[in-house]
Amino acid sequence: MRLIKVIGGLVAVVLVAAVGFLVFAHRSEIAAADPPASFDRELVARGARLAAIGNCRSCHTVAGGLAYAGGVPIPTAFGTIHGTNITPDRDTGIGAWSQEAFVRSMREGVDRAGNHLYPAFPYDHFTKLEDGDLAALYAYLMTRPAVRATAPTNDLAFPAGFRPLLAGWKLLFFQPGRFEDDPRSSPELNRGAYLADALAHCGACHTPRNGLGAQQGRHEFAGGVSASWAAPAIDESNPAPVPWTSESLHAYLRHGRAEHHGVAAGPMQDVTRNLAEAEDDDVRVLAAYVATRMGAPSQEREERAKGLIATAAERLPFNVPVPETMGAAAARLPAGAALYAGACAVCHDAGRTGGMDGIDLALATGVQLASARNFLNVVLDGIHSPRHPSAVLMPGFAGALTDEQIVELAAYVRATYSNQPPWPDIAATLRDIRLNRIAANAEARP
Amino acid sequence: MITLTVNGNDHTVDVDPATPLLYVLREDLALHGAKFGCGLGQCGSCTVMVDGRAVFSCLLPAAAAAGRQVKTVEGLGTIDEPGPMQQAFMAEQAAQCGYCIPGMMMRAQALLEAKPAATEADIRAALEPHLCRCGTQARIVRAVMRAAQAMRLVDAVGRRAEASP
Repeated sequence: MRLIKVIGGLVAVVLVAAVGFLVFAHRSEIAAADPPASFDRELVARGARLAAIGNCRSCHTVAGGLAYAGGVPIPTAFGTIHGTNITPDRDTGIGAWSQEAFVRSMREGVDRAGNHLYPAFPYDHFTKLEDGDLAALYAYLMTRPAVRATAPTNDLAFPAGFRPLLAGWKLLFFQPGRFEDDPRSSPELNRGAYLADALAHCGACHTPRNGLGAQQGRHEFAGGVSASWAAPAIDESNPAPVPWTSESLHAYLRHGRAEHHGVAAGPMQDVTRNLAEAEDDDVRVLAAYVATRMGAPSQEREERAKGLIATAAERLPFNVPVPETMGAAAARLPAGAALYAGACAVCHDAGRTGGMDGIDLALATGVQLASARNFLNVVLDGIHSPRHPSAVLMPGFAGALTDEQIVELAAYVRATYSNQPPWPDIAATLRDIRLNRIAANAEARP
Repeated sequence: MITLTVNGNDHTVDVDPATPLLYVLREDLALHGAKFGCGLGQCGSCTVMVDGRAVFSCLLPAAAAAGRQVKTVEGLGTIDEPGPMQQAFMAEQAAQCGYCIPGMMMRAQALLEAKPAATEADIRAALEPHLCRCGTQARIVRAVMRAAQAMRLVDAVGRRAEASP
């Protein structure tokens, strides 16, 4: 009898807690409303430039699809989430959302119907946006062509599919509130910090996340991941062989390439493609802010960079190296050296200019990172032009080289063009990338 | 010494392992179908098939082709008995100067072997890495469509022959 009472008591406590939690997690619906019939043109134009900085398209537009119609699969540690339709279609998009509902979604991560949104939608950043910028973004989105399209259902591991749990996640990790200027900083740098944090949400990829997918604020910009790519650290620990400057960052963010750094690839290429449409002054302050976060490089790092640039400049035009002349790593890793000499050197190591100049790999950040991911992604897919996606700057080698050969090449390049220890288990990293691709392609099929 | 299997035949050649496969095909094996265009993987005229995939042979070290099945345009048929892809290009008169055509054929062959029901959109997308400065692009697309049809027919006839007692 006593046991029954105890069990009964426990059940009651659990029930009360569950009901209490559901009450706590509940958010009310905001009534469907017709958006204003027209918006101020200036406001719409400003919204367009802000949306470019916010990189909205990357998650809300599938490659080759209609703008903002959603459906992009976003891989997370908890399963796959899909970017939703944010066109003003009444039934499948946000056409019935009042500005109040839009602002609530951006600042609190709750949709019009009252459902909690997954933090893959970076409301932990957007909560910091100013009223005026939110109004401009609303005006911009509500004047896009309405597209009838429903994103595929999310595929999340239990219990992540149960949205009320997100109220608990928010309680632990989400701080709503506006951006605050740093009084010790300049107006330009504060503007840059605001754009980087509240809108561009750089930290969503460049800040590491904890086991529950929350950004670790103490390690802001210390490097994270984006799909199968590593997002390098953009704080003082930035690994670029040639230290970034405000100017080189501006060139990179604006045009997708910078001298001594190479061409943006992977998810960052999307970012640069969007920033090409932003206000130039905004990109400039963004670059200035990021440069400040990276800090002034040490004397030693500057000297090393100068040496690397000088060595790269010494290459004789069209003088492709042969393995016998390629140094110690080539003797140790002859197969990788032969692959480099036959497949890579003609562009990366032959003093070519005029657009055919692959970056000297000693200057490439991807070769210096702790993981081989970015290097492998570039070898597999090559690099397309940031401005003209159908133009191939570097062809991919996914079909040309076997996995074993790609691993040999990676080991050789790491040994020759970085001063870092060898990449651990490159074959496993490559397998992981390949598996993720198979999963993503299966997903993309109708 | 590197042993290459090209169009089903083994060839042992004495070359530096980093030598591009294209040079070995043309200079050591006298297979002149694959062309040198840019040498940078930008034009597609050197394309051959390796293990069924279309590959720029100017950027594939010979050593990386060892032990794999290499197929060049010479492997698609002979002057006297051209294969379906070659017949289709002749029927559509798809070559003007013809320099890019062997590479185009090999990319198209790789596509159709992997995807026999390829659509025109698939063909156009697949041939994107190939540059042609003449005026026959529309004919090239038609030729590949024709080859696809012919290959499907050959396949169907083959299956029927197998099924009959």
